[in-house]
Amino acid sequence: MVGHQFLAALAERSPADRWTVTVFAEEPRLAYDRVHLSSLFAGKTPADLAMGQIEEYRAAGYDVRVGERVVQVDREARVVVTAGGESVPWDRLVLATGSSPFVPNVPGKDLEGVLVYRTIEDLEAIRARASEAQVGVVIGGGLLGLEAAGALRNLGLETHVVELAQRLMCLQVDDAGGRVLSRRIQELGIGVHTGKQTRELLADGPRVGGLAFADGGVLPCDMVVFSAGIRPRDELARAAGLEIGPRGGVVIDDHGRTSDPDVFAIGECASHRGRVYGLVAPGYRMAEAALLALEGAPGAGFAGADGSTKLKLLGVDVASFGDAFADEGGVRTVSLTSDTRGVYRKLVVSADGARLVGGVLVGDASDYDTLLSLARSRAALSGDPEALLGRAAGTGAAAHGPAALPDEAIICSCHNVTKGAIVAATRDGAETVSAIKKCTKAGTGCGSCVTQMGEIMLVELRARGAAPVNHLCEHFPHSRQELFHLVRVRGHKSFDALIAEHGRGAGCEICKPAVASILASVWNEYVLEKAHLPLQDTNDRFLANMQRDGTYSVVPRVAGGEITPRQLIALGEVAERYHLYTKITGGQRVDLFGARRDELPAIWRDLIAAGFESGHAYGKALRTVKSCVGSTWCRYGVQDSVGLAIRLENRYKGLRAPHKIKGGVSGCARECAEAQGKDFGLIATDRGYNLYVCGNGGMRPAHAKLLAQDLTEDQAIQYLDRFLMFYVRTAGRLERTATWLDKLDGGMDYLRRVVVDDSLGIAAELEADMARIVETYRCEWRVTLEDPARLAGFRSFVNSDTPDPSVTRVTVRGQLLPEPRPARNAEAQ
Amino acid sequence: MTGSPGFVDVCALPDIPVGAGVCALVDGVQVALFRPTASEVFALANRDPIGGAEVLSRGIVGDRGGRAMVASPLLKHAFCLRTGRCLDDDNVAVPTATVRIDGDRVLVERPQWAGANA
Repeated sequence: MVGHQFLAALAERSPADRWTVTVFAEEPRLAYDRVHLSSLFAGKTPADLAMGQIEEYRAAGYDVRVGERVVQVDREARVVVTAGGESVPWDRLVLATGSSPFVPNVPGKDLEGVLVYRTIEDLEAIRARASEAQVGVVIGGGLLGLEAAGALRNLGLETHVVELAQRLMCLQVDDAGGRVLSRRIQELGIGVHTGKQTRELLADGPRVGGLAFADGGVLPCDMVVFSAGIRPRDELARAAGLEIGPRGGVVIDDHGRTSDPDVFAIGECASHRGRVYGLVAPGYRMAEAALLALEGAPGAGFAGADGSTKLKLLGVDVASFGDAFADEGGVRTVSLTSDTRGVYRKLVVSADGARLVGGVLVGDASDYDTLLSLARSRAALSGDPEALLGRAAGTGAAAHGPAALPDEAIICSCHNVTKGAIVAATRDGAETVSAIKKCTKAGTGCGSCVTQMGEIMLVELRARGAAPVNHLCEHFPHSRQELFHLVRVRGHKSFDALIAEHGRGAGCEICKPAVASILASVWNEYVLEKAHLPLQDTNDRFLANMQRDGTYSVVPRVAGGEITPRQLIALGEVAERYHLYTKITGGQRVDLFGARRDELPAIWRDLIAAGFESGHAYGKALRTVKSCVGSTWCRYGVQDSVGLAIRLENRYKGLRAPHKIKGGVSGCARECAEAQGKDFGLIATDRGYNLYVCGNGGMRPAHAKLLAQDLTEDQAIQYLDRFLMFYVRTAGRLERTATWLDKLDGGMDYLRRVVVDDSLGIAAELEADMARIVETYRCEWRVTLEDPARLAGFRSFVNSDTPDPSVTRVTVRGQLLPEPRPARNAEAQ
Repeated sequence: MTGSPGFVDVCALPDIPVGAGVCALVDGVQVALFRPTASEVFALANRDPIGGAEVLSRGIVGDRGGRAMVASPLLKHAFCLRTGRCLDDDNVAVPTATVRIDGDRVLVERPQWAGANA
């Protein structure tokens, strides 16, 4: 991985004729992503893990020798000698030989069925062995050991982890953290044996049959995987007389130079200031330092890494950063252990409690980035360190609000922009989201932080008393809520009429779709009417979801997730006919990817003929009402959750809203439909349903809150009509129900008074508004296909019927995918 | 259908909805045509250089600070319809082509940039 990183950077930055490069790879393939090796047992193929393509190397002019091992480095003659006896000359040599698994010298280590976990070939051997084994043991409870244990578990084996130290992950977590981690891993059905020294591997004929421990215990098994640490592959360097570190590894300086200034070493084979790093991130930084030195422009160099790391092992977050073990004198710690949530958090603070210096997080490391940056910045904490312990527990709205974040919190992970940078930009006059994007780059990567960025800007503007701050955009001096009222009260039916009377300019990508959504919520006219078409985001304009290559995905409605065998077959037939990639969504339906826009009408003609209708996956609208199977089949179910989910989905389908809306119905308290993670959720009781509202998954998950209990289906629908319409009327643009509730003065109590007690006297009006939406529902694809004139808008080109030539496909795992993105430098983990 | 030298007749003016865009294929190259007002048409390369796909013609057309622009449907970067400059990143721009309106016909200059998969 580090070698590939080095070569990719060299190809990008060095003139093509500067170096003649020969690459030797001992394994039968080019570099691959070892960090995600275990994903090979979760459906990935070696091709998925490949980091470099032979074509890319050749295009860079590299002479690549795959499967060819170097057996000698001759520093006198300035050549390397291959296993085949060939001598290849060099002026500069870069060693990126990595490491090999360490297998302790215990009796029986050479028995059949004793394996290691390092390469793709190792994993293939593990898979082959596992097919005839029942019980697998991993020796070593560190990072790779737990990865290996997860792999064995995925292969269906009874799995045990044996660790010599008193706790798992002893380099990353302390005793208390290790206990929580052990419990979480045991809950997955994996046996954990800590403080166990393996004395001998017992034989069962030629094969391994068990472990004998020094304390006399025995653990029967029929396969063993060693993952007891790594040793640097420094044998070539040793034989060549290069200086070797105290714990192995080729000694390098801050620029990756070994004791021979023309020889560099990077990654796990190197020893830097007495340390060998087994993580990829420090290796990448060594590669960068060595490249600069090689090019004759050495930078500051690699000054070491502190081992701060965040991992997800077997689904459990494990992170440590800074002075995690409170090694520095005079520091103090605060900690929290929750056995109910399986969470452990310890923070190490300076003696005066004013600064964060390190920490250990197990079970929930969602705020790792924020804590790490707090520690690295050495900034003064704004409150008690105890307050930081609870942050991930999600205590109340304020804990999630932008005002509660420290200035060091990373808001945009793509460009590493902190809250402080956004606040500073706002102070310097960037008073719109687009201005902040331009001067900080925040929000210009994946875009997932744009809402949060806007909230931070608004808090800052409000704090300064700057008004007006709730304007939708530069074209309207009104909030979305105000525009909604203007549309209703003044009866505006088009964007042009609204902007002429209440705004200025031509509109933009913010106000046009927002107004289109308001018009749809109030009047429910066909979204592709001539006047409305230019307002729509591309998804609404083509009634499908644009993907990164400009093609679309198609999601027919499958109300409540209930689908007939005939419909499933029809979906498969359509997907095959139009060469679409298929994937099951989280909302219990099927997504068909890769349709060109000119194919959409034909695809929908076929889908409608098979009895499907639009699923509105493209709209800020009701998406799905997920259900468990309920009392119709389930032994535990107490109500017909599927029936109610179908009824709700069919009632609210097509409802345009400020953001997408999802629902769920669970047939009993086991909550298999995850209704509490939805904008609205119903959970069956013996006496009816409990109604929860304002939850969501996604980037900032929120648990739904109880609105009313023991409702009949009709009562639930009445309250939902009121709740949804109240949300549609009053929420801000792209504000989901949870955020809307956070901002609602009086919160849940107030919402309950409006919806249940009708404290505003608008319940009848809200119900009538909803009734009109329900009555005027039409499948947007059916309407579109009825008018041939509308189909012209789906052609790829206004002057040609040629299919879009930029769309190309590759086959992966038996399906068609877009070509991979151009290589991006992979981050560690 | 070719008009004056160097220009290609691509469509009728009403083929482009006011306030929106369409895409034309000219010499195998994708050209996005935008009609911010009834009487104006602008041509840009259809490829969003940031997202790397041929999609700009499907963006929302409007203005930023009075400058006519299109917002890419991929990650919403705005591009000036007159200059092709990205309004969110000074280092990025898309090529433009001259447009002539002749009666109700729209003619576009042959693109001077290479198509991605032409």
